[in-house]
Formats: sequence, structure tokens, C-alpha cells
Amino acid sequence: MTAAAREEGGPLVVVGAGVMGTGIATLALVHGVPVTLVDLDRAVLDRAEVAIARNLRTAALLGAAPPDTAPGALTTSTSLPDALTGSTAVAVVEAVTEDPATKAAVLARVSAAVPEGTPLISNTSSIPIDELAAAVARPADLLGTHFMNPAYLITTVEVVPGPRTAPDVVASATKLLGELRRTPIVVRDSPGFVTSRLLHPMINDAARLVEEGVASVEDVDALMQGCLGHPTGPLRTADLIGIDNLVDALDVLHLRTGDERSRPCGLLVAKVRDGHHGRKSGRGFYDYEEALP
Amino acid sequence: MTVSVTPDTIERELVEFLETRTKAGWTATRDLFGEGGLSSLFAMELVVHLEQRYGIAISGADLKLANFRTVRAMVELVVRLRDGG
Repeated sequence: MTAAAREEGGPLVVVGAGVMGTGIATLALVHGVPVTLVDLDRAVLDRAEVAIARNLRTAALLGAAPPDTAPGALTTSTSLPDALTGSTAVAVVEAVTEDPATKAAVLARVSAAVPEGTPLISNTSSIPIDELAAAVARPADLLGTHFMNPAYLITTVEVVPGPRTAPDVVASATKLLGELRRTPIVVRDSPGFVTSRLLHPMINDAARLVEEGVASVEDVDALMQGCLGHPTGPLRTADLIGIDNLVDALDVLHLRTGDERSRPCGLLVAKVRDGHHGRKSGRGFYDYEEALP
Repeated sequence: MTVSVTPDTIERELVEFLETRTKAGWTATRDLFGEGGLSSLFAMELVVHLEQRYGIAISGADLKLANFRTVRAMVELVVRLRDGG
């Protein structure tokens, strides 16, 4: 993003300070874009500030930060109205829990508070955008993105306009993604879009193979990496996604497609019940010793 | 940190740390992220570990993957930053 654009532009407002919210906030900050990060829970915001400081260092370490760009300023807020009444947001990214009702409620509140034409971006791995559009004041302003975790390291982003999304809102959002040096790929609205529709049932199958005793966690991943070129293996990917989020997304897929492969298997459900949510909680299919800040 | 920590000690400690964390065997010159197959995200865990264990701060131009690619490279970084600090 150019210095001029930074001076003109208001903050990117990110609602939800979980794994994806902090990752998307990091991505914008790294590119010099100011961010207002909103969460109801001050403790979650405090942890997010620690995580973002670490993420900014990780981005530098891995060469994911553009040269000669000072990070944008981070503001945190527990009040959505406060966050939306300051300088006009360049866009609002909703990154709350992968639950249709929760997302719809947040999107409705954001939509009522921002000027017409402000791109309202729901970051979702599975929920059809037109379903969420029913909750907002202006369906034309709403579109979906599906960032992968970590959002500041993975350069390709799935972009999902709904059938009612205005073309100029899609253009604004893809321009913003370009300024963040992402490569958007636009796909048609549907449950799970392309990536989750393909990946999530596969991860579910991988967990089922472990459950059935066909292979160990390590061997499933080693085979997928060594034989098929999967970068991390499906179960390590599950840990990176967050198994709680994965199960939520599988439920969304299963309910909307009827595909039995998307019904979360017992092992995934048990891990969520036991609090073994993956990397962010310190343990999932693998043990990470300590939870990531 | 006491002056008795030699480069050899750091090297041995780092190999032990990697073996504990990855449940695999390591040498001082094995490439962690190439043939070693570790996630590049693990590099950030190494940064934090080195800072906490050896009382150093890694920042600026030192914050690059090449400094964490092998145990030997990490030992050199730690020694240099400890001497400088």
C-alpha cells in the first residue's frame, strides 16, 4: 500500500480477535494499514496483542513483511459502536466464531453502523454468503473471504461474492487484498466454497483412519506428505486450523450438503470436548508443549 | 546466564531441544526446514527459545530464517549476540 493511500485510508476494522482475526490484523499491520481490532472480551484482546506482536516478528523472520514499510498502528476495542464511529473504515472484516447465527448477528450490527458502500467482509470457511446476507441492511455490500491460517503468510485467498454482492464492492475488496499482496481467487457462493469442500472431508477421513486404527497420526501425515506432496499432512493442518473451528465448519457443510463424509467423526468431536483444539491450545493431534500466545 | 556456557554446550543443548520437540535425531549441520522438514512456523518457536534460554534479543536484520536453518547457525547467532550484549 502506498504512503498516500495510508494517509487517506481509515483503519481496517476486524471484529473477532481469535486466530483468524489476529492473523488478518497482522497481515494489514505488516503492510502499514492501521487496524482496529474488536472483541467483546478484554482478556481475548490482551492475548491478541501479544499474539500480533509475535506474528509481526514471524512475518519479518519469514520474509513476509514488505521492505521499508513501518507497521500500521493497532487499536483494540471492546465496543463495536466505538470502533465504527471513528474515522471511516476502509472495510470491516468479521472474523467471529464459525457459527451462522453469531456471524449474522455481528454482521447485522456492523451493517447498520457503517456508510453504504463500505465493504463488509465475512471471513468464513464454510457458510454461504447469501445466507449471511439475509441479516444485513445492504446485501450488496457483503462478501466472503476465506483466509487460510496464518493469514499473513499464505498469499492466496478465496473470495466469495454472494449472488447479491455489488461488483464494485468485489472490486474494492480485491483491490484491498492486492494492496496486502494477496492473490484473490473468486469463486461462486456455496457451502464450503472450494477449499473447505475439498479439504474438510479429507481431514475428517484422515481422523477416521486414526480412529479405526488403520494408521497413527504421524503415519497418516507422513504418507500424505511423502507420497502425495501435502505440505504439512491433514492432521497437522487440522491442528493449525483449530479442531473446534474444523468441527463447526464440518457441521455447516454436513447440514447443507447432506454429505456423510462431512459429518464430524467421533475422534474430532472428542478432541473438541477435551479442549484439545490444536496448536492454539497447545495440544490437538500433536503436542505443542505450550499454547501459542 | 553464566560465562561457563560454551558454544559446544549451546550446540548440545540445542540438539537436545530439537530432539525433544520433534522426536527425531539432529546434527549440528542438518537443515531444519529443508531436509529436516520442519514447519517454518517452528522457526519462531526457536527465536523465542533462544531469547529466553540465553538472555538475548533477536531483532532487525538478525530476524531471518538463515540464522535458524541449522544448529550451527543458531550457535553462531547466540555467541555473537551474547558477546555484543
